[in-house]
Amino acid sequence: MKGTNLGEFEELVLLTIAALMKEAYSVAICDELSNHTGRSVKLGVMHAVLSRLEEKGLVESQLGEATKTRGGKRKRFYQLTIPGRAALVRAKSMRDQLWDKIPSLVWKKA
Amino acid sequence: MSARQPTPDSHRDNHHQPPKWAQRFVEWYCKPQLVEDLLGDLHEYFERNVEAKGPRRAKLIYIIDAFKFFRTYTVRAPKFVNLLVNWIMIGSYIKTSGRNLMRNRLFSSINIVGLAISMSVGLLLIAFVLDLRSYDRFHKQGDRIYRITNIASSKGVQNGKFGTTSIKTGKLIREKMTGIEEVAILRNDFSQDAEVGDNIVPITGFWAEPSLFRIFTFPMLEGNPATALNDPYSIVLTETAAKKLFGNESALGKAIKFDTLDYQVTGVMKDVPFFSHVRFEALVSFSTAEKINKNDKHFEAWANMYTNYVYLLLPENADKASIQSQLNAIAREENLAEDPGGYQDTKIQLELLPLYEIVVGEELRRPMGPVGPHMPPVVIWILGGLAFVVILSACFNYSNLSTARAMRRFKEVGLRKAIGAGRSQIRQQFLAEAIIISLAALFLSYFIFLVLRPQLINIAPEMQRMVKLELTPPMVAAFVVFSIAVGMMAGFMPALFFSKVSAINALRNVSSVKVFQHVTVRRTLVVIQYTVTLIFITATAVGYVQYKNILAFDLGFKTENILNINMQGNTPDALVKELSEMPEITALSRSLIITSVGNAWGGYMKYEDSRDSVLVLTNHVDENYLRLHEHKLAAGGNFRARPTTADAATEVIVNQQVLKRLNIGGGDPEKAIGEEITFDSFQVHGRKMTIVGVMNDFHYGRVENLIEPVAFLFWTPGDRAIINAKIQSADMPGTLTKIASVWKKIDRVHPFQAEFYDEAIEDAYSEFSAMIKIIGFLSFLAISIASMGLFGMVVFTTETRLKEVSIRKIMGATAGNLVFLLSRDFLLLLSISALIALPATYFFFESIVLTNFPYHTPVQITELFVGLLVVLLIAMMMIGSQTMRAVRSNPAEVLKSE
Repeated sequence: MKGTNLGEFEELVLLTIAALMKEAYSVAICDELSNHTGRSVKLGVMHAVLSRLEEKGLVESQLGEATKTRGGKRKRFYQLTIPGRAALVRAKSMRDQLWDKIPSLVWKKA
Repeated sequence: MSARQPTPDSHRDNHHQPPKWAQRFVEWYCKPQLVEDLLGDLHEYFERNVEAKGPRRAKLIYIIDAFKFFRTYTVRAPKFVNLLVNWIMIGSYIKTSGRNLMRNRLFSSINIVGLAISMSVGLLLIAFVLDLRSYDRFHKQGDRIYRITNIASSKGVQNGKFGTTSIKTGKLIREKMTGIEEVAILRNDFSQDAEVGDNIVPITGFWAEPSLFRIFTFPMLEGNPATALNDPYSIVLTETAAKKLFGNESALGKAIKFDTLDYQVTGVMKDVPFFSHVRFEALVSFSTAEKINKNDKHFEAWANMYTNYVYLLLPENADKASIQSQLNAIAREENLAEDPGGYQDTKIQLELLPLYEIVVGEELRRPMGPVGPHMPPVVIWILGGLAFVVILSACFNYSNLSTARAMRRFKEVGLRKAIGAGRSQIRQQFLAEAIIISLAALFLSYFIFLVLRPQLINIAPEMQRMVKLELTPPMVAAFVVFSIAVGMMAGFMPALFFSKVSAINALRNVSSVKVFQHVTVRRTLVVIQYTVTLIFITATAVGYVQYKNILAFDLGFKTENILNINMQGNTPDALVKELSEMPEITALSRSLIITSVGNAWGGYMKYEDSRDSVLVLTNHVDENYLRLHEHKLAAGGNFRARPTTADAATEVIVNQQVLKRLNIGGGDPEKAIGEEITFDSFQVHGRKMTIVGVMNDFHYGRVENLIEPVAFLFWTPGDRAIINAKIQSADMPGTLTKIASVWKKIDRVHPFQAEFYDEAIEDAYSEFSAMIKIIGFLSFLAISIASMGLFGMVVFTTETRLKEVSIRKIMGATAGNLVFLLSRDFLLLLSISALIALPATYFFFESIVLTNFPYHTPVQITELFVGLLVVLLIAMMMIGSQTMRAVRSNPAEVLKSE
């Protein structure tokens, strides 16, 4: 198993999955991310990241019901796992710590 | 829920569907756990795109995305595991294949020998193609070298692409064009006798500009390549030429005398590699040619495009479109300058030809001088096609024999399947087996290749100059790849067949599996095989007869026992005098060229005030020529005047075609005698000539040409000469040596060059004889392979039906009945093949090949059936021997073992 360090994009994807709650499947995540970040997210990239996250054990997935819109194909819904959630929290706290270290004085000067 | 079926709903909602094959492609490579999700996503995007960008773009995007998803994490991982298993299993495959080979020695040897024979043809072809492809690859800048092609057209009709061009083209390119690194003119009519002391050696080469050494990679051994060709009267020799002239001394700086002029050797270069399209012994500075031809206005003329090559070196990433448009501009300007009013019809266009397409590429006309080898790609494709057919035939044998004997291997396949082998593994096993066999065949076929190689090279003199067929590392690699490909082709059918066998059936009861369910496929293969064989063999027979007819063709004059001696620039008088004293020589004449072998000389003829001039082919002959060759005269007589200069020759003997075309004498040859015509050629301008004789029509050109208007002019000492000597001798070789020794007295330098007329005709059609030899050889291979296959099949069927035969025998069947019973099927197949092959060959010759020969004899029934007879005979022998053996067997012995 690879390290639990999150890449920037991975972190964004994890956050989006968490935010979308029950509706998190690849196309929806793509759309949501595009809306929020303003950058276009390619489906291929998203699939690669999702499969990597799943491999790392940060998300888990299951197939949903068949729909009319997808040529009869089922959606694969993603959910954070406990390690996934922990990784997000860890990433956030790490950032917070770093933020806290910056003296406000220095910040203002710049 | 299957991923393959789109729900009916989706059809109703949206009639646009993503491309099926792209979906299937994704299904094929994608991991099963990912595929549904992935296809769904693609579909969702597709639907969006249909709305947003239209169905067309949406489909395109779908396809692109389908390919984009081909990544390590989507691609089925088990593949790699499979690969590993396969590697382990290969050992097992080799073992079982080996056992199987040893168990069925007869069938294995039929397979291996058949494949080996057919593959040797493939090997030859591969070696041939690789040799051709290796031409000119030694030039370091080869991919940037181009040669100028001239396209001449008159009155808008293209009359030929020439590999040659004018000197002017080269000069204009150098002056006017941008975006070119180097230009070099190469002029090809340098062929003279070099004199060094007492040593006289004929040397052939080119006049070349110094830039040639900057374009081509011709390493210099001595001398400076940058300056060697600068000054007039400098010459660069190849190593061999230098050795011929100077022995082991250093040639650099020495003088060589050509004619009356002294040349200085300014360089010695390495010999031109064999695989070079330009070949020469020496290069003379182009400035020499300019000096010699100083007074010839025609020398640099735009239309004088028959003796010069222009090579260009383009920079990396050259802008070819711009170069072509500059070439067009030059051509336009020059065509206009040549012919301001646009009355004349000749126009010349320029084009670039990459160096690597000179040898294998479009057929170009190269009218004079030493020309490099050339092979049109279509010939290679045809030969490749024929070789492929022969190889396919051997593969059919393999397929037939292995599927026919399938029963014996069902248990093995069943067992493999029972312990977990998938279809793909069975497929791989049989493919591996076929490949092993074909590799074994490669080993054998390499030896056949070694035997055949000299045969192929010696098939025609052009071949010797063209290829070496020596083994090189890429060739070895190509051989191995080729044999693996052949193995796959051979193993394809058996692999498919065995992988479909169900394990339960195979293990439960062997006989319950329908062994003969593939009978139709096998029969089809046999029919195809024999059809091809018959086509080959009848084509050979028909071609051979036609070829013999061409050689024996009545040309309209006699060619027997006439020896044509090329004077090679010497005046013929001395030799004529010597020869006339030999008793064996009954008649002598002189002529400019030898007709009926493809040579041509000509000019334009006009009659009275008719505007139309007619192209007339000519020969210059002396007063003895007509009698010696037994040309028949329809009217008039021989030449009366004996002029000694070309200008004084005003008599002409024409054939009847001339009268017809120019409408002289209204169809009566007698009335044409004494009529005056005007003759124009490149030597003669507007000369009035009188018709003194009318010959019967004869074949001036080759037999594929129609009979054209022909005129004989009087031979004068200014002409090149060929002596035609009619010989009557019981000891031809002895007479020839005698003539050769006479030649030695007259010309010490040039070797005696003489050929009998009939031989010259044979040489003229050497390409046909080469073609017939090749097809004959292929048909021999095809028939041996097909016969071996048939033999195998017969052995197999008689073996499996041995019991049936025995029972029939007990019940009272006669030997004749039984033989008929066993051979009936095969004979039926053979007759189907004959029914397809014979008419096909007949129509192929009558409506495709022989239409090119207006004077051909029709294809005879005998030639068509001779091939069939041979094939039938061989097949009957094979079938007969095996069935007789079965019939003779003792029923008690056979039935006892039940």
